[in-house]
Amino acid sequence: MSSGTPLDRRPVKLLIVDDSNIVRRRIERSQQFDDLQVVGTAANGFEALELARRTDPDLVTMDLTMPQMDGIECITQLVKLKPALRILVISALADKATAVEAMERGANGFLNKPFSDRQLNEAIAELMY
Amino acid sequence: MLREEELKTFVEGTTRYFEVAAQQPATIGSPYLLEGETAMHDYTGMINVSGKREGVVYFTAPRAMLTVLLMKMQESDFSHESMRDLVGEVANTISGNARRDFGHDFVISVPSVFAGEKPQIPQPPGARSFVIPIHWRSHSAKLVVSLT
Repeated sequence: MSSGTPLDRRPVKLLIVDDSNIVRRRIERSQQFDDLQVVGTAANGFEALELARRTDPDLVTMDLTMPQMDGIECITQLVKLKPALRILVISALADKATAVEAMERGANGFLNKPFSDRQLNEAIAELMY
Repeated sequence: MLREEELKTFVEGTTRYFEVAAQQPATIGSPYLLEGETAMHDYTGMINVSGKREGVVYFTAPRAMLTVLLMKMQESDFSHESMRDLVGEVANTISGNARRDFGHDFVISVPSVFAGEKPQIPQPPGARSFVIPIHWRSHSAKLVVSLT
């Protein structure tokens, strides 16, 4: 069978990072992609780095305002660890400067909270395909 | 000192939260200046603000309202921890969205959450506190904005 067919394409591995359990579950429940596999969830930057080393994700959704290690610092370290990683920031911080800083550190997309299921799936799709 | 026209940012943020997260708009009452203390509901999520402005933003709501809000979000966990998580997230989202108007120097903390206890709300000198009443379905909650 030739490569690239749906049967032999491996799932995209997703790591969800947010200090809210409710938001983590919401992202996990609302994503509608058959070829997306949630490989872990983390409540802060330290947990995210540890899980990224263990699970080797392709895609990360990243909150910014978190205890212990915030999202901006975590993005910086994740990109050093895995430069090809795609990172979607999902944050309530709605000023342009924050989005620009996140992108400069290595994020690939930015979605503001609160978000609808449709907005979430569109944002994930943009980074998956 | 917080100006009345700046409250629009928080009113719009509250409206947006219920419209998007709960998929059912809330009715926002007329904001009023808080003199003294306000009554707290069962759960309160508080954000400390520093940088260009100082003070707090807190969301306080009854358990019954939070339960329905969680149900609207298709949550099945209605534990004490979920209630705490939710009030913190609401306060965080509305405060974070305020940076659209207040800018990058409107620095917000992670949420502090209080339940079943009277929270100690810090009041920086020169801050004015406004209460934004929130009515959603048959429930009432409040967003309190206290900023220099």
